[in-house]
Amino acid sequence: MITSLRDAVAELVHDGDTLALEGFTHLIPHAAGHEIIRQQRRNLHVVRMTPDMVYDQLIGAGCVTKLTFSWGGNPGVGSLQRFRDAVENQWPHPLEIEEHSHAGMATRYAAGAAGLPFGMLRGYVGTDLPKHTTTIKTVQCPFTGEVLAAVPAINPDVGIIHAQRADRSGNVQIWGLLGVQKEAVLASTRSIVTVEEIVDELPAVPGAIVLPAWVVSAVCHVPGGAHPSFAMGFSVRDNAFYKAWDAISKDRDAFTTWIDKHVVGTADFAEYRESVGF
Amino acid sequence: MAEYTTDELMIVNAARQLGALAAAGKSRCFVGIGLPSTAANLARRLYPVEPVLIYESGCIGSKPTRLPLSIGDGELAETSDAVVSVPEIFAYWLQAGRVDIGFLSGAQLDRYANINSTVIGSYESPKTRLPGAGGAPEIAASAGAVMVIMRQSARAFVERCDFRTSFGYGGGKGDRERFGLRGGGPKWVITDLALMEPDPDTCELVVVALHPGITRDQVVAATGWAVRFADDLETTAEPTSGELDTLRRLQPA
Repeated sequence: MITSLRDAVAELVHDGDTLALEGFTHLIPHAAGHEIIRQQRRNLHVVRMTPDMVYDQLIGAGCVTKLTFSWGGNPGVGSLQRFRDAVENQWPHPLEIEEHSHAGMATRYAAGAAGLPFGMLRGYVGTDLPKHTTTIKTVQCPFTGEVLAAVPAINPDVGIIHAQRADRSGNVQIWGLLGVQKEAVLASTRSIVTVEEIVDELPAVPGAIVLPAWVVSAVCHVPGGAHPSFAMGFSVRDNAFYKAWDAISKDRDAFTTWIDKHVVGTADFAEYRESVGF
Repeated sequence: MAEYTTDELMIVNAARQLGALAAAGKSRCFVGIGLPSTAANLARRLYPVEPVLIYESGCIGSKPTRLPLSIGDGELAETSDAVVSVPEIFAYWLQAGRVDIGFLSGAQLDRYANINSTVIGSYESPKTRLPGAGGAPEIAASAGAVMVIMRQSARAFVERCDFRTSFGYGGGKGDRERFGLRGGGPKWVITDLALMEPDPDTCELVVVALHPGITRDQVVAATGWAVRFADDLETTAEPTSGELDTLRRLQPA
């Protein structure tokens, strides 16, 4: 249950898996993404509403063959350079994409968490997305006759999130911007949660949710593990790091040098923190 | 006369519109980061009826003291009336029709305010891969009305979008109704040169006002279709020093 991130990834993440490392600007599991790069997982199908820096790193490091997503950018900064290079120039290899809207992806996660085969929404109407994405279809309401968009459930092999804290039994507490953290874990067959701290007893926090230990496969104590994303109550978003990523990621050699030095060349997230200095 | 940037000009014009809408009972704004968030936060400080700021990260009724840099800044959650999950913000709030005003922008916009934020070139082998849809398709479909804020150029204001990421008026009047869209669609396009609004009879965007010092020729040159001008073409009021001072005090965190 409570284990090192290295052991959790070694045991739970396999080549060819479908993974969701989720976080809607908050609680993004960067440390877990780095460990997947270190352990050289390949042929992954990665799912995320807002693939940003950590997905850019996974794509550029050659771990990913398919991306399912709804918005791929560096929030507040601009393009996601490694993602663009993969789509535009097939570097380091071709990237298959399955593209949705945020509302569609959220619906897919909720259906996955609910154990339903699909979810529905008023969505995609009049757009070009259904022409290119085969997982957007329609369904007719049996009560009103209204035609709605239907999207299949997302059920990743492994759901991976960062959270604020867990207790020693592995019950996980999350607050602030909740994103699809709960849905990503409940929709997945296996799950890994990295946390800021492990405590004897979870204190009450306004608006917090708890994922019971029995829906989580592994809890790993990784302070700062969302950086440069953040964990409300523990850290703030490192906006300067997001801005700096643009220049690092724009150039293939600069990117590779950075990944080799700070991720592949470090033993774990604690060493990575020293290496990049935060 | 006060000095101002074109961003400040667009923000002030958007804020004025939001102030008027809030006074008329249309106060709930689904805001993206960047110019819309800045405009909505400016309107909160300038007008007696404050817009209600809703962010797709799940924040409802945010009252940030500083401008957020991302929709996930902690400040937004800490100052909100409510924080909900992402499935909930899209399903219970946007889709259910609880948003009065949505904001959109993109790389390309056509004369019927359809917008592309997905690719330049073909989808299969794009010249430029853009971030993609995000919340845009359902904001365009479900918000009571949509405000577009976008820099105007012939490269961006095009005869035909390479990809339709969000639906404005499709091919013209009646298309929204044919598709069963519940929201009202784009009502205002605010650019660095002009204000445009859909013609009530055709839904084609028409220039209704020029910003101070901007000529018709400049707008024509910066539009990829044969753009039309309203008969009673107006000039927008210069940003006042009061508006600009308030805006400049809203520095990013």
